[in-house]
Amino acid sequence: MVAKRIVLHFPHRLVDQPIVYKLVKEFDLQFNILKAFVTPQEEGLMVLELSGKRENFDQGVEYLRSCGVRIQPLAQDVVRNEAKCTNCGVCVPICPTQALVVDPVTRKVLFNNKKCIACELCVKICPPRAMEVHF
Amino acid sequence: MKTIKEINEKIKRGEVVVVTAEEVIELVEKKGAKRAAQEVDVVTTGTFGPMCSSGAYFNIGHTRPRIKIGGGTCTLNDVPAYTGFAAVDIYLGATALPDDDPRNKVYPGEFKYGGAHVIQELVNGNDVRLEASAYGTDCYPRKKLETLINLKDLNEAVLFNIRNAYQNYNVAVNLSDKTIYTYMGMLKPGLGNANYCSAGQLSPLLKDPFYRTIGIGTKIFLGGGIGYIAWQGTQHNPQVLRGDSGIPLVPGGTLAVIGDLKQMKPEWLVGTSMFGYGVTLIVGIGVPIPVLNEETVQYAAAKDKDIYAPVVDYAQNYPHCSGSALAEVNYAQLKSGKINVQGKEVPTGNLSSYSKAREISEELKSWIKKGDFVLTEPVAKLPGAESGYTFKMLKERPLIEKEA
Repeated sequence: MVAKRIVLHFPHRLVDQPIVYKLVKEFDLQFNILKAFVTPQEEGLMVLELSGKRENFDQGVEYLRSCGVRIQPLAQDVVRNEAKCTNCGVCVPICPTQALVVDPVTRKVLFNNKKCIACELCVKICPPRAMEVHF
Repeated sequence: MKTIKEINEKIKRGEVVVVTAEEVIELVEKKGAKRAAQEVDVVTTGTFGPMCSSGAYFNIGHTRPRIKIGGGTCTLNDVPAYTGFAAVDIYLGATALPDDDPRNKVYPGEFKYGGAHVIQELVNGNDVRLEASAYGTDCYPRKKLETLINLKDLNEAVLFNIRNAYQNYNVAVNLSDKTIYTYMGMLKPGLGNANYCSAGQLSPLLKDPFYRTIGIGTKIFLGGGIGYIAWQGTQHNPQVLRGDSGIPLVPGGTLAVIGDLKQMKPEWLVGTSMFGYGVTLIVGIGVPIPVLNEETVQYAAAKDKDIYAPVVDYAQNYPHCSGSALAEVNYAQLKSGKINVQGKEVPTGNLSSYSKAREISEELKSWIKKGDFVLTEPVAKLPGAESGYTFKMLKERPLIEKEA
């Protein structure tokens, strides 16, 4: 099994075509859409968590490439600057995936990067601006 | 019965018994208030939250030839400072913002840099850019000044916060159908989240609800250094509704505090951006409570589940000063991560760091135990519940009085 987060760039000509569903139908892959939008220039961008058998994963990715979809690994990552974080916890109810939780004993905020979907809500609202986006 | 003088003698002899405002809870539960009052000499409190009415004044030293910044203009890293004093005295408020910061112009605005950040940079030892302009007079001929300044070179640098350490605070929610950006953080529509801002059972004025030991002149932990309570804070409101334990059920008393900025530390004075609202300073404060008698220790042992805060709608009720609290919840419920408001389970977030408040209470405890910090007698009392001192709304009057 393999699970990876990837960024798909759809060129203008592909924006109106169904493509991602084939990953399920033909290659037996699971996907979770973390982010998707079409820019004003009509380039489509989608961030996916894609998982399945290694062989299927590689074939699925190859299929996307053959259609003209540009693929990047998800390098954009939300990171906590430990020196800046005051462990207040105001980010906790804002986080949609419970990647940020308060430890009931220490009352410190725990950040589970694996659960983070890089929505960046915490980046905006963190009072000391301790949540940073790294590319 | 003990006196502060006796406690100080114990501190000097290295025999003092100090516990934090958390530890005293268990102690009183186990041994009772009478035994605890005999055994414990000092209870240390702590709080670490955003406190907007904060700022610092500086005397930057005279230039050659002299300039009278007083009455002129002055900015520090583009953030305007107040100049309405003598020649080279200025005051920088925590919430001051650069004029025309483009980052703040697109709603809701980022508010990434302001007075609080300048204060933190100065405390961190960074050089800060000062630009000033003046009229130029016979005795102060210079009209312009552009220079780097550094905290260590200033004559005086004094943190002087006119309202800190609120005794209790609102829990903010949003009843409207759109996201709002407030000084209590981002509030999601339809009771999406509830933000509170207090250290609860560690917070100084919640542990001495009638200001029996905390008063004007009390020596405190301030921003990682030593400070003093200078006065009651602005909006001090001792006459608010109190619960059976005497603890205010709504925001009550406040403190004005003062201390030498040069001995403070950047980790305890943190410049903060409230998205869509503005800039503020997170201030670390710890107040020692001398255990003079059974009553003091009983008050100091109040715990989260006995301290209640009002849940207030910040979409309509707060801005328009209308309506009443939607619910009352205690800090144990708030700390559990969810509260119930109007039948809905609402996730909670704290703007005030409990873990840092705990660190402050521990730090102050260690200072006292080591003999580095002796207690002071208050020189005057803070206005109490019986004083008649109260907080009023502004009664607006037309600029031109109507003729009779």
